[in-house]
Amino acid sequence: MTDAMVSVTIDGVPVQVPKGTMIIDAAKQAGVLVPHYCYHPALPSPAVCRMCLVEVEKAPKLMPACVTAVADGQVVHVGSQLARDARKAVLEFLLINHPLDCPICDQAGECELQDFVYQEGRSGTRYSDYAKRYAPVEDFGPDVLYVPNRCILCTRCVRFMDSVAGDAVLEVYDRGDRAYIGIDAEQRLDHPWAGNVVDLCPVGSLISKDFLHKARAWDLDKTPSICPGCTQGCNITVDTRDSAVVRLRPRPNLDVNRHFICDTGRADYRWMNRGDRVEAPLIRDGDRFQACDWNVALDRIAALVLQAEGGIVVLAGGRASCESIGWLLRVAGERNRGAAMKVPLGEEAPIGSIPNLALRRERAANLEGGRVLGMRSEWRDTMSQLQGAALVLVADVELDDGDIAALAGARRVIHFASVPDPRITTADVVVPITTMVEEQGVYVNRDGRAQRFLPARSAPGMARPIWWAAAQAWQRGSGGRRAPSTAAEAFGALDAFAGVSYRDLGFGGMTVAQRESATT
Amino acid sequence: MGYPHPIHPRETPVLSTHFGETAARTYAGWVERGGYIALRRALTMLPDDIVNEVKASGLRGRGGAGFATGMKWSFMPKDDGKPHYLCCNADESEPGTFKDREIMRWTPHALIEGCAIAQLAMRAETCYIYIRGEFTEPYRIMEMAVAEAYAAGVLGPNAMGSGKRIDVVLHRGAGAYICGEETALMNSIEGRRGNPRIKPPFPAVAGLFGKPTTINNVETLAAVPAIINRGAEWYSTLCLGNPKSTGTKLISVCGHVQRPGVYEITLGFPMKDLIYDLCGGMRPGRTLKAVIPGGSSVPIMTPEEVEDCVTDYEGIVAKGSMLGSGGMIVMDDSTDLVYQIMRLARFYAHESCAQCTNCREGTAWTTRILERILAREAKPSDLDLLLELSDQMTGRTICVLSDSCAAPVVSGIKKFRADFDAYLGAAPAVAMAGV
Repeated sequence: MTDAMVSVTIDGVPVQVPKGTMIIDAAKQAGVLVPHYCYHPALPSPAVCRMCLVEVEKAPKLMPACVTAVADGQVVHVGSQLARDARKAVLEFLLINHPLDCPICDQAGECELQDFVYQEGRSGTRYSDYAKRYAPVEDFGPDVLYVPNRCILCTRCVRFMDSVAGDAVLEVYDRGDRAYIGIDAEQRLDHPWAGNVVDLCPVGSLISKDFLHKARAWDLDKTPSICPGCTQGCNITVDTRDSAVVRLRPRPNLDVNRHFICDTGRADYRWMNRGDRVEAPLIRDGDRFQACDWNVALDRIAALVLQAEGGIVVLAGGRASCESIGWLLRVAGERNRGAAMKVPLGEEAPIGSIPNLALRRERAANLEGGRVLGMRSEWRDTMSQLQGAALVLVADVELDDGDIAALAGARRVIHFASVPDPRITTADVVVPITTMVEEQGVYVNRDGRAQRFLPARSAPGMARPIWWAAAQAWQRGSGGRRAPSTAAEAFGALDAFAGVSYRDLGFGGMTVAQRESATT
Repeated sequence: MGYPHPIHPRETPVLSTHFGETAARTYAGWVERGGYIALRRALTMLPDDIVNEVKASGLRGRGGAGFATGMKWSFMPKDDGKPHYLCCNADESEPGTFKDREIMRWTPHALIEGCAIAQLAMRAETCYIYIRGEFTEPYRIMEMAVAEAYAAGVLGPNAMGSGKRIDVVLHRGAGAYICGEETALMNSIEGRRGNPRIKPPFPAVAGLFGKPTTINNVETLAAVPAIINRGAEWYSTLCLGNPKSTGTKLISVCGHVQRPGVYEITLGFPMKDLIYDLCGGMRPGRTLKAVIPGGSSVPIMTPEEVEDCVTDYEGIVAKGSMLGSGGMIVMDDSTDLVYQIMRLARFYAHESCAQCTNCREGTAWTTRILERILAREAKPSDLDLLLELSDQMTGRTICVLSDSCAAPVVSGIKKFRADFDAYLGAAPAVAMAGV
């Protein structure tokens, strides 16, 4: 133990924490949850909800754990009768004006008020004979509704907009029990990162219009993933119900996106649920496409690759995983005549006060991964050189009409497609592939950080990951080759990530540079 | 002087000597009455010597908490290279309290001089005087006095030719009681919502604009020139037995006494004499029922407690209440305590800043229960519920507004149970007084 560490005992558990740590954070380390509302690890603590009052031995009164720094030798009781009674009282105070509309509230099931009341609150109210405070629902912004009746005035939203987004449009209005969260009359809650207030709200007061009445929290399956929207690589959770994606939410990663995602990323999930998918391999027969089984399709792909002596061009979309890009390039091998990723561009939208966190201009999640794997051609140059290309591998990329015209000049085309594109009439094989929410994979973000995502929904029909189809075709190319059977193997076989495994990446990700410096 | 009544021989006029003299409001009139001699002297003193003088005088905060003023000043850092601030709390909003108003109305230069001396002691070039928004007349008078003080060169970049800068800025509140809480007051000056801040950090470390700040009440600062003029020893002998409570205190008395007004007593003065002698006692045919001695935030006292109570910090605490701001509310036997307590609770419910859950919801709920009792719709368990809520509103919040709401409720139920029982049982309620 160094001088900078102090020893405290929390509910009988001794822990050592750095000097200056707040009791609430030290308690986490001791495995003790101090119930709280206004405290949030990403925001300054105002100590207003009074929920985290704990008993500190030798202190004259209960202390707010979120703003009380630990002292050496301190003994803290979170579960003592005094602290429990105080929380019970706060919960009762919070509930007197809180509607019992849990059955129709979006937050139910993931509501911190509900949770703590079930845990420690009263079973009945003593606030009888009075009408609860009422105020109508307000439209705050493009995706945010404010239900004042449910508000417990923790002010997380106010503090997020003020100290994180730097766009202080929210404030507490009025006083006493008439207080509510108000918005500047001239403004809207339309900051590009404003949607985070919905996640921050511990109750169902700030709700997403998009998610409104869509699903009950307890029906949702949650899958760790990476936002496919831009090169930032925000960590997200994909919420699905019955294999349909209904919501994307930030997954905390202090090195990438803290606790937040932007509204663009949050809203961009509808494509994940598209019904018009390519569900079986298709082989062109004259001007018609004929469904076939995988063996036929893979044999055909392998044959086309063998015949492509004039060179192979790889075109990929920004959502293609490292595994997929790596295996496409391996299939092209020596004949690779160019590999380019299509990168849609948009406005850069920084969150405000957090350095190195923004919705990036480059809307391609795996741009850096492509670069690391050797996909270094300019898109426009590559398109201009398609004329006469022996074989073009198109990997789930949205092509504009110019691209389509250029592609028509190629001799052979294999289209790895999640959705059919009837404009590509020259494809020899259309390969049914999974999207990133249906497969495991790795993206590398703009800072060189490799991060894993997991499948959140089942793949339609016979769709398989691009890397699988590419590897199977590669195996057919020559005797003695063995294709990987799992995503982990597919990743492990990539030279660009030699020595790095899925296990190494975990779910926090790591940068290759960091790893190199750690091992030397 | 028991302003607006003639001076009473048992008063000790120090601050109130010139109450009622319009000429004392002007710079010339104030100088004629010995004004700004103390400041001239303080300009020749070392800051620490001023602090020590005030420490030795035994002066304690007159706003309510009664913290030793010299000690508070000594908390200010020295040679830290940062700007320091002095805040003067003139947001006198405590129900029943109106003593600072009279200081600002009659002797504005006493306050300015006190501020200037305190600024020298704490190396604070700027003082903000935060004046309650409803105080239109005191504000106008203060505004004129500050302008005159600047014109006379008392304030400004070269105060009294000393080469030192002393600035005094008036800031008007906008009507929130909570802005009289010292850290809420600082937020308000900064242009933020007037919410009390969490301590630590204490103002002497990070106060106004995040800089070392001391905040003092009007009456505290106004007493400083007299201490510098006449010496700490003189001030500390203004004492009737308890050496911890020295000096004079303005007591604003309102309610059912013959002569309500602002009285200046030496600390330690018998409370009974204050009510029955200085204020002329109860109205004819009436008897004393209850006293709130220090502004509405303190526990209510019974006539028995008043009987042998000495009016100083420790004396009133011994009787279960507090000297507080010295805003005394006297109630006779025509008073319905339940109604009075409901009015107080309603005030706190209205003024709660809404930050802390216990206060925001507790003050409003308490008020509703009291209203229900008054409407004869009480449940038998209501008094227990009130006491339980009060318990959860005491010592649980950032500031003491919630405690202030609970204090009269708890002391009221404990000491005036009969008034509550009258509403709970079949007996007719006592007549409502027109306070």
